[in-house]
Amino acid sequence: MNGRAAILAVPLAWLAIFLLVPLAIVLVIAFAGPGEGIPPFTLGFHPANFTALVTDGFYLGAVWRSVQVAGISAVACLLIGYPMAFAMTRTPVRWRATLLTLVILPFWSGFLLRISAWIGLLRDDGWINAVLLALGVPGAPLTLLYTPFAMYIGIAYCYLPFMVLPLYTSLSRRDVVLEEAAADLGAAPWFVFSRITWPLSLPGVRAGFLLVFIPAMGEFVIPELLGGPGAETIGRVLWSEFFTNRDWPTASALAVVLLVLLLLPAAWWQRRQGRAV
Amino acid sequence: MSGRWLWAWLLPGYVFLYLPIALMAVFSFNDARLLTAWGGFSFRWYVALWQDQVLIDAGLLSLRIAAISASVATILGTAAGYALARFGRFRGRAGFAALLNVPLVLPDVIAGIALLLLFVALQRLIGMPAQRNAGTIAIAHATLALAYVAVVVRARLADAGTELEEAAADLGAPPWVVFARITLPLMRPAVVSGWLLAFTLSLDDLVVASFVSGPGATTLPMVLFSAAKRGVGPEFYALATIVMAIVLLALAGAWLARRIGAQHPVAPRPPVG
Repeated sequence: MNGRAAILAVPLAWLAIFLLVPLAIVLVIAFAGPGEGIPPFTLGFHPANFTALVTDGFYLGAVWRSVQVAGISAVACLLIGYPMAFAMTRTPVRWRATLLTLVILPFWSGFLLRISAWIGLLRDDGWINAVLLALGVPGAPLTLLYTPFAMYIGIAYCYLPFMVLPLYTSLSRRDVVLEEAAADLGAAPWFVFSRITWPLSLPGVRAGFLLVFIPAMGEFVIPELLGGPGAETIGRVLWSEFFTNRDWPTASALAVVLLVLLLLPAAWWQRRQGRAV
Repeated sequence: MSGRWLWAWLLPGYVFLYLPIALMAVFSFNDARLLTAWGGFSFRWYVALWQDQVLIDAGLLSLRIAAISASVATILGTAAGYALARFGRFRGRAGFAALLNVPLVLPDVIAGIALLLLFVALQRLIGMPAQRNAGTIAIAHATLALAYVAVVVRARLADAGTELEEAAADLGAPPWVVFARITLPLMRPAVVSGWLLAFTLSLDDLVVASFVSGPGATTLPMVLFSAAKRGVGPEFYALATIVMAIVLLALAGAWLARRIGAQHPVAPRPPVG
């Protein structure tokens, strides 16, 4: 074996053993029957695992909720991130590296620690309610933690860099001359934005949306810690089937469903990319 | 475009990002256990952290797993990224590139359950790994992180172009000299940032580690997660403040190193061969 083949073979073999084979095993166990032993399944062919997912409203609800959570969080990231990325491209060039670093910096501070900050903010006796009480807002303290709102804001907070970076890349490539020309010819600012800036930034919007949507679909920790008992997403259902109910076949079937659901937007993205090049 | 306009667009986003962190930093020095009442300045939560043996053990275990998995991921990922950037068109290249992308989009819950099922099956078939522990967590983390390293290394090599390597080869440098004197220095920044990325991903991971861990191997995120489910205390904020301070110091160090490097550029090496 020559050197080049060896350089290629080692990571390839690793990925085959620790990535491809495990995913194949998930598919096998997804069709396995229930079992009482360790591990808790018996090999076989039980498509009923999947029909149960489709017919049981609980699982369908979790799938739908995950799509909803991922979509809303991605839109929230877009609403917060777009003005930031847009304004960044108008700042002096020497600021931009610092501004981008400041967007990424919280990302390095520990996922669970960042979420714990939001628990402190949103709790009934937390910082937001303390301010509301001090201002005499009627109805305070509000129930903020363990609500869908808490979950959306937590996901938006943790995934914001994934939205801002592609948006910035896309927006910084645009030719500002086009906007200036439109403005010189008398176009109103919103018209310039909707006809020139927004269409030019669409590749970044799409990339950012997917970079938030895809991981948010499978998210477990944020719905578990911030979403409360009603926020049963696929990630949480899979987790509890596995750890609490010890139903490995159902958990595996859920994993297969989640993977298929994520392949759809990924394939769409691949096609768009192919067309753009 | 006026400066005030710019700030109005930038500031809300940065306040959103930094207000939670700033509040944690301030209240980590609060003497009172209550979140919202200021009970005077104190280091008591930092002392409490220092005396929390469970947390310290978990932290040390997490650092060990992160260092090992990041190193394995860097070796494998650098090889993969180098192959994609420098081997031209080889058979199965598209498939290899697609396989490398899988860990980037694979949800943690799927990666966790898949790797656990693999370890269970391997234990059945060949008796290895005999038990699930820090070792299985490190393997899982290395598998997922190597894809990130490969992306960074591949992008760096693609950016750098092949001119320098071709010139060295034309001047008679044997392949290993070209690799050691040209390619390796070109890759180095990407290799370093790839290692750091892999290290952070490992330190931050709760879900995959929870699936593939066994009794006795409790990482820091696992301890934090079960503590967070019971409610977040000021010790959390003390730990977050320490982590943030380390990140800031590391950034400042990198910035200083770059400034010093810019003032004293490395002299060009004499030609090889």
